[in-house]
Amino acid sequence: MTRSIRRIGLVLMVLFLALLANVTFIQVFQADNYRGRADNQRVLLEEYERERGPILTGPEAVALSEKTKGKYRWLRVYPEGEQNAAVTGFYSMVYGATGLERTENDVLSGSSDLFFVDRVQQLVAGRQPRGGAVTTTIDPVAQAVAWEGLRGTRGAVYAIEPSTGRTLVQVQSPSFDPNILSSHDPQSIREYYEQLLDDPEQPLINRPIVALNPPGSTFKLVTAAAALSSGRFTMDSVLPGPAEYDLPLSSRTLRNWTGEDCAPGGEITLEQALAVSCNTAFAWLGNELGPDALRAQAELFGFDTKFETPLRASTSRFPEDPDEPQTAMSAIGQFDVRATALQMAMVAAGIGNNGVVMQPYLVQEIRAPDLSILRTFEPQEFEVALSSENARQMQLMMMAVVDNGTAGILQGIYDAEGNLVRVGAKTGTAQTGRDGEQPVSWMVAMAPATNPKIAVAVVVEDGGQAELSGGAIAGPIARAVIEAALQ
Amino acid sequence: MSTTEQSTKQRTRRNLELVLIVIAWGIGVLGTLQVGWATEEGIHPRFWITAGVVGLLALITHLIVRWRVPYADPFMLPIATLLTILGLVMIYRLDVAAIQRAARLDNPAPTPDVYNQLIWYGVASLLFILVLLTIRDHRILQRYTYTAGLLGVILLLLPLAPGIGATVNGATLWVRIAGFTFQPAEAAKILLTIFFAGYLVVTRDSLALVRTRVLGVPLPRARDLGPILIVWAVSLGVLVFQRDLGTSLLFFGLFVGMLYIATQRWSWLVLGFLLFAVGSVGAYLLFGHVRTRVQIWLDPFAYADTGGYQIVQSLYGFANGGLFGTGLGRGHPELVPFANTDFITAALGEELGLTGALGIVLLYGILIERGLRTAVAVRDPFGQLLAAGLSITLGIQVFVIIGGVTRLIPLTGLTTPFLSYGGSSLVANWVIIALLLVISHRARRPVGVSNPQGSSAEFATQVVRR
Repeated sequence: MTRSIRRIGLVLMVLFLALLANVTFIQVFQADNYRGRADNQRVLLEEYERERGPILTGPEAVALSEKTKGKYRWLRVYPEGEQNAAVTGFYSMVYGATGLERTENDVLSGSSDLFFVDRVQQLVAGRQPRGGAVTTTIDPVAQAVAWEGLRGTRGAVYAIEPSTGRTLVQVQSPSFDPNILSSHDPQSIREYYEQLLDDPEQPLINRPIVALNPPGSTFKLVTAAAALSSGRFTMDSVLPGPAEYDLPLSSRTLRNWTGEDCAPGGEITLEQALAVSCNTAFAWLGNELGPDALRAQAELFGFDTKFETPLRASTSRFPEDPDEPQTAMSAIGQFDVRATALQMAMVAAGIGNNGVVMQPYLVQEIRAPDLSILRTFEPQEFEVALSSENARQMQLMMMAVVDNGTAGILQGIYDAEGNLVRVGAKTGTAQTGRDGEQPVSWMVAMAPATNPKIAVAVVVEDGGQAELSGGAIAGPIARAVIEAALQ
Repeated sequence: MSTTEQSTKQRTRRNLELVLIVIAWGIGVLGTLQVGWATEEGIHPRFWITAGVVGLLALITHLIVRWRVPYADPFMLPIATLLTILGLVMIYRLDVAAIQRAARLDNPAPTPDVYNQLIWYGVASLLFILVLLTIRDHRILQRYTYTAGLLGVILLLLPLAPGIGATVNGATLWVRIAGFTFQPAEAAKILLTIFFAGYLVVTRDSLALVRTRVLGVPLPRARDLGPILIVWAVSLGVLVFQRDLGTSLLFFGLFVGMLYIATQRWSWLVLGFLLFAVGSVGAYLLFGHVRTRVQIWLDPFAYADTGGYQIVQSLYGFANGGLFGTGLGRGHPELVPFANTDFITAALGEELGLTGALGIVLLYGILIERGLRTAVAVRDPFGQLLAAGLSITLGIQVFVIIGGVTRLIPLTGLTTPFLSYGGSSLVANWVIIALLLVISHRARRPVGVSNPQGSSAEFATQVVRR
C-alpha cells in the first residue's frame, strides 16, 4: 500500500500548494485591489490609527490630532477652524482632504520618503508610524486680524512678505468649519458638506487664490509699470485726463468716477493720475502702450502663470486679443481682466521688492515626528518685473495714493518702535458685468513702501458702490493687517 | 520499511521534540506580550500563570510521550502544540478586541474565550495522555471495527435527534446535553477512520477484484459497490439534513482516499469523484442553501452586505496583512464575523501576513507528511490505513476550511484543526495526534524491542476476532 499512500500524499501536496498559491495571490497580487475597495473599513481605520502630524503657524498648531476613545483612534481638530480653513483645508473620511491636508498628506500621514529612516526604525521596533509636521509661513496675528476684518463680507485677503514670497495671510469669507468635516460622524459630515455646496456664496472655494475678480483700478499699477517700462513715460509725464474719454471705434465714452476732469485743465501727471485713479488718463495710456505691452507687463507680475503654493491657484489673465476700446477698458482693470487676491498681492510685492517678484509659497518647513527639521523651503525668484529705478518710481507713486489720493485711510500707521510708516497703496472698484451684483472693492498695499515687510491685497466682492469704497471697505481691513504685521 | 538494518541504534529524538516545544511556548509568550503591548492593554496580571499552565501541559504531554512512545515521530507533538498555542494567542487577541469594543460602547465587558480554550487544551491533553496510556498497540483498535463504525454513524447523525440536536448558524452540527454543547462529528471522524481502516483491511482484496472494463476503465464488481454507496448516501444526508458541506466532504473524501489506498485501484477514485460530482450537482440544483454558497463563492462582492460579508471581510483581512502582516494586535481581525472559529486563519493572515499564513499552512503540511510517513513506515496494513486515514482527515479539513476562507473553494463550516476556538475539535485533533504517535512509535521502534515479525495478512487474521 506504500505506493498508493505516497500517491495520496502527492494529491494532498497539490491541494496544499493550491492553498499556498491562493494565499500568496490574495496577499500580494490582489491586496491593493482589495484595499482600494470603497467598503473596506480597514483602510480608513488604519488611517485613523496613526497620529497625523500637525500643521503649525509659528509655534501654534492650526490642525492637530487628538486621541479619542472611539472606533477611530485619532480625531483631527482645528482650533481656529474657519479662520484658517483656506490654508488647512479639511481631512474628511467621506470627502477626502483639501488644502494643505491634501497637498502635504505624505508628510502629515508619515508616508513621505523623507521619513525613510523613521520608517525603518518603526518597522524594526514595530511602532505605529506617526506623521510629520508642516510649518506654514502664515503670520498668525495678521491672519487673525484679517479674519476679524473680513467676517460677514464675501471676500478674501492675501498677504506676502515681498522679499521672500512667503505667504503671511490667506483668509476667506465666508469660510467653513473644518472640524465638522473632519469629524468621525459621516452623517453630520454629509449634511454639513451638502449645506456648504448649496450655499450661493461658495464657502468651499479657496477664495484668496481661486476666486477671479476684475481687478479694477488696482490694475492701473500694471498699466503704470508698463508705461515706465516702455521708456516713454516717467512718473512726471503729463497725460490727458479729461472728464470723458471717447472709446475709439465706438460711440461709447468712458467717464471718470467723479464725472469731472482729473485735474484742472484736463491734464495730469502720471503720479497724480494714479493717486486720484484717473480712468481717462489710464484708458488713453493703455491704447498708447497697446495690449501686448500691457500683457507682457502683467505676465512679468505673474498673470497667465499657474501657481502652486503648494495650494493650486487660479490663473489670473489679461484678455487675448482686445481691440482698442477693450484695451482701454483692460488698462483700468475692466473688460476681461481677471485676477486673484494672490495675484494683486504679488503686484504690490514686486513693486515693493524693487521690481523682483518672488515665487509665493506657504510651507516653510517639514519636520519629522520628533519635530527635527527635515526640509526648509528657500525663497525663489519668479521674474524681474521692473528695473529698480522704475520700481522706485512706482513706490513713490503708490505712496502718493496714500498721502494725497484715494487710500488716505492708510495714513498714520506706526511700527513697533513708534515710527510713522510710509505706506504705498492702490484702491480699486470693479464692475463684475453681471446684473444686480455689487461692484468688487479692492485695496492693494505694501508697507513700509520702500522696503516692505508686507504686501497685502484685500478684495471684498460685495463692497458697495463708489470708487471710494475700495478705500472705505477694503481699506480698514488692509490697515489692520498691515498694523498687525508691523508689530 | 527497512528498519531492520538500523537495529537497536534507532534514536528516539525526544530531546529535539522538547526543544521544539520550548520554542513553541516561547513564540506564544512573545506573541501574547506583543498583543498586550500593541493593543495598549498591557500584560494581564494572570498572564504568567496562564503561560505557566500552557507550558506545564506541553511539558507533561512531552514527558508522557517520552515514557510511553519514546520512538514516536518528534515533530508531530511540537507542531500540534505550536498550532494550539497560536490559536490561544489569537483567541486572546480577539478577546482584547471585543473587550475594547465593549468599553467604547459602554457595554459590560464580554467573557473572554481564551480561558475556556485553555481548559479545553487541558481536556485535550488529558485525552491525549489517556490514549497513550491505554493503547499500547494500535492493532487493538481493529477489534472494535464495527463498534467504532456503528458509534461513528450514530454520533454523526446525533444532531438530528430531536431534543438534543442544536442548530448554530444554519448548520445542525451540535448536540446539547446538560448545558454542554459539542460537535459529535469531531469524534465521529476518528471512529469512522478506525472503522474504514478495519473494514478495508478485511475486504480490500475483494474490493480490488476487477471483473469488467468500461472504455478501458477497470470497474469493481457491482456487489462491492455497496459500501461506497452507503457512505455516499450518509454524506449526502449530512449535507442535506445538517446543512453542512464541509463535514459531508470530509467523510466522503476520507472514505474514497482510504479505499484507494487499500485497493490501489484508481478506478475507485474515479468512481468516488463521479459520485461526488453527481451529489454536488444534485445538491446545487435541489437545495437553496447550497446554491447560495456557490453564488457567494463565485462573486462574494455582489453579496458583500449579506451572505458574502464574512468572506469579503476575510479577504480584506488577508489583503490588509500583506507580506508581513500588521503585527499582532495591530490589525482589525475582529471585523470578520466568527474570527476565532471558522475565520481564525484570516485573523492570523491579517496580523502575521503572508509570511505567517504560509508558515501555518506549511506546519499543517509537515504534520500531515509526518502522518503519511508513519503510514508508510508501519508494518501492519491496519496501522497503515489508520495512520493514512487520520492524516487524510487532517489534510482534507485544513484544505476545506483554509480554502474556504481564502475563496479557493466555496466556504463551508469546518473548524481549523488546533487553531479554532472550540472544545470538540481541539480534543478530537489531539486524540488523532496521540493515535499517530502510537502508530509511529511502533513503526520506528528498533526491531529487537518489538513483537516477532509476521506477514501483514497474518496480522489481520490474528488480531481480528469475529
